[in-house]
Amino acid sequence: MSPETAPLAAIETADLWIVMLGLGIGSFLLRFAFLGLVGNRQMPEWLLRHLRYTPVAVLPALVAPLVVWPSATGGDLDPARLTAALVTLVLGVWLRRTMLAILGGLAVLYLMLWMLG
Amino acid sequence: MTSYADPSAQASTRPVFFQGLRDGAPFLLVVSPFAMLFGVVATEAGLTVYEALVYSIAVIAGASQFASLQLLRDGAPVVVALVSALAVNLRMAMYSASLTPYLGDAPLWKRAVAAYFLVDQSYACSIVAFEKHREWSTAQRMAYFFGVILPICPMWYAMTVVGALVGSAIPPELALDFALPITFIAMVSPMLLTKAQMMAAGVAILLALVFAGLPYNLGLLIAALAGMMTGAALEKRLEDRS
Repeated sequence: MSPETAPLAAIETADLWIVMLGLGIGSFLLRFAFLGLVGNRQMPEWLLRHLRYTPVAVLPALVAPLVVWPSATGGDLDPARLTAALVTLVLGVWLRRTMLAILGGLAVLYLMLWMLG
Repeated sequence: MTSYADPSAQASTRPVFFQGLRDGAPFLLVVSPFAMLFGVVATEAGLTVYEALVYSIAVIAGASQFASLQLLRDGAPVVVALVSALAVNLRMAMYSASLTPYLGDAPLWKRAVAAYFLVDQSYACSIVAFEKHREWSTAQRMAYFFGVILPICPMWYAMTVVGALVGSAIPPELALDFALPITFIAMVSPMLLTKAQMMAAGVAILLALVFAGLPYNLGLLIAALAGMMTGAALEKRLEDRS
């Protein structure tokens, strides 16, 4: 897998276009699945109950690995990024203001990156 | 702030559209470097500028674009590249389901257009706003959604081209890689009001870390589903008790 020793073969044009368009169509169908096909039909109560928790479950799950193993540091735990994430969380829960939490988190991030330089 | 209470302005979509625009604008900081990086990686993989642009227009989902391109470069079979990248995008179906109670009344063509533009950022902004402004009509919700999209998605296309042409990404010292985590944490944390919501988030975070090593982003799906089930089960129990 080392790029120096094994030069990568060029991607076949046909392969590229199949993946590109197939992924485009497939992704659209995933996005359209409920919005388009269910529409305004009433969904069962148990499903709605689960869907109410989609944002508070999916978005933290999406972010957690990025916080603990940031790609920018090659996957190593980074004190600056971890602290910034925790500060953002505390500010968001405490102040309930998204913009302030973002600004606070970024301020801590840059401050820590600069201090740990 | 605009006065939503004014009955004559109740169906007005303009102020809501601009609110969406404002809420979406900060994501330019997140989307631009990511799209540029895709342009760079795409040209390095031998794609033309045009092909890189079509990629971004057809898919508009960063992580799956990177994943599929990497697999193709590594010489993986087309089916493997396609299925893996689609698995990365399975969360979009969750987003779609989650927004359906809010947008399901809109005309089909509008729902189709919104579906195409359903990305992490537009979902996160919309669900936060829709939960907060329960009084919004479906038309207003759609207006908000498209307001959020307007700065983000054209920038996704444009910055892909810039990256492909310039061939260099934004310097890593700016640490813009971390703008996305911070923004999403800042959006979700104010939503954590009840015990059920906190537990849902806690379980999702824990399992996302435990299963981070699984292929095809499966860890994310397991964690998200477990989080949703935790929240729903707790809510039901508290409801039954009262």
